[in-house]
Amino acid sequence: MSQTSQISTAGGENPRPAGGAPASRRRPWLAAYPSLLAMPALLLLIAAMGYPLLTVTLRSFSDPAWGLQNYVWFFSTPVNVTVLWRTFSIAAWVTIVCVIAAYPYAYLMTAVGPRMRLILILCVLVPFWVSGVVRTLAWVILLQDSGIINSLIRLLGFDGVKLIRTQTGVVIGMAQVLLPFMILPLYSVMRGIDLRLVQAARSLGARPSRAFLQVYLPLSLPGVFAGAIIVFILSLGFYITPALLGGPRSTMLSTLVQSQVLSLLNWGRGGAMGVVLLVATFVLLALAAPLMRQRHKQASRS
Amino acid sequence: MKTPFRIILGLFCLLVAVWLVMPTLVIIPMSFNEKKSLAFPPSGFSWQWYENFFTNPDWLASFFNSLRVAGLVAVAATVIGTLAALGLSRMKHSGAGLLRAILITPMIVPGVVLAIGIYAVYLDYQLVGTTTGFVIAHTMLAIPFVIIAVSASLEVFDVRLETAAASLGANRFTTFRTVTLPLIAPGILSGLLFAFVTSFDEIIVALFITSPYLKTLPVQIFTSITRDADPTVTAVGTIIFIATTLIISAGLIISSRSKRS
Repeated sequence: MSQTSQISTAGGENPRPAGGAPASRRRPWLAAYPSLLAMPALLLLIAAMGYPLLTVTLRSFSDPAWGLQNYVWFFSTPVNVTVLWRTFSIAAWVTIVCVIAAYPYAYLMTAVGPRMRLILILCVLVPFWVSGVVRTLAWVILLQDSGIINSLIRLLGFDGVKLIRTQTGVVIGMAQVLLPFMILPLYSVMRGIDLRLVQAARSLGARPSRAFLQVYLPLSLPGVFAGAIIVFILSLGFYITPALLGGPRSTMLSTLVQSQVLSLLNWGRGGAMGVVLLVATFVLLALAAPLMRQRHKQASRS
Repeated sequence: MKTPFRIILGLFCLLVAVWLVMPTLVIIPMSFNEKKSLAFPPSGFSWQWYENFFTNPDWLASFFNSLRVAGLVAVAATVIGTLAALGLSRMKHSGAGLLRAILITPMIVPGVVLAIGIYAVYLDYQLVGTTTGFVIAHTMLAIPFVIIAVSASLEVFDVRLETAAASLGANRFTTFRTVTLPLIAPGILSGLLFAFVTSFDEIIVALFITSPYLKTLPVQIFTSITRDADPTVTAVGTIIFIATTLIISAGLIISSRSKRS
């Protein structure tokens, strides 16, 4: 960068000409290009995330030989396709459970007084700051065959249920971990809904259920979408919870990637699975982006 | 609202709250178990698992590794992330949104895919099992949280205060140090805490780049659960829970005080 160009940007940016001191000569430069401040972060991201992801992608096409053989193998092996399908179905179940649990909870948060609201918020945030591994350990204790949940079921006179090492157990554990990601965006949208609109519907003769379905529900849907997309995407990549709570019949794609790479040292196949997971994540994000943007527009309009 | 509806809603939400909090509450009594088992309810009372944690070199070493890595990550991620947040807030053209989205991607990329990639690269550069390797990977993962926290405090920050300081003759660095920095300090502090917790808690990447010489606490917990179901994990879990609760409460108190003043 030449001396003159610095001074000319300084003149354009600041009515006072930049002084002769060396310190002040540098500031208009940063002021003109604030994006430079983000460069260290971007460079680290490229080195620590971009380069590794590129390596994985390249290896999926080149290990052991160049070509598509790893992808052909992935989609032609029934076990892999089953696991891929299962990964999506577990993610869908987790999302459904989260929506059902979060909607009334977030609604209650908007309807109660400040003290009760603080308690409800704390219940959401406490799991957030308990270590993920420790929380999964707690689920192992709770879900095991002699665990609390099974004891309760037996106390009520029913037969015990197999929860640990099953898909149900995985969904229960994952949904608990991800529920805050559903409740918080939903709450922020619901808090912004003008309740007078519901009152207006009621005063015009709508029954409570109809006022809810036709006025409140549509207004809260952006929050449901935002939360559901985040929960679904995060579920796809889950590794620890399925590894500890699941069994061979609830394996998710992450576990398969891990075993291909760490146990079988099969970088090409593991890489191909990783790329499938990555592409699925980004396709979903791309599909969800317009929905999210709409939500922002609505928020800024109100 | 009709009363029966309110009761059903209340009961349902109580159930959800129990579901959210129960795993935390179950760990604490389990940590005082007398028997070497993870069966609930625990029987008797003993401090042996805490004693084991503080005397077993494996547990202690992994704990100090995690503290060291998380401390370094918190500093690095806070500096880099705060700079990025400041830059993003001052960018006027549409590139800012794209750049922000790119910088936040580590939160969304599936952990295992990132982990195998980092592992592959680290094998080439002999970074597996090194503090440097852990700090680089965890800093990258923590930066999004710092950017989000600092951006939130920059959003409510009144830029006119900077202009006022500048019009009174302060140069840009003095303005930043005496006006901007103190006002966004709560955001930076919460970014620092988030970065620390992100690193301290991170497991998937850690599982791949760990070595017998450098294990972090979550890796130790994970292997302990999968291999020998050692109840020491419940004591560790309780200690971490109490420590994080104290740190977060301190953070909340500091930020509420600075808001008042």
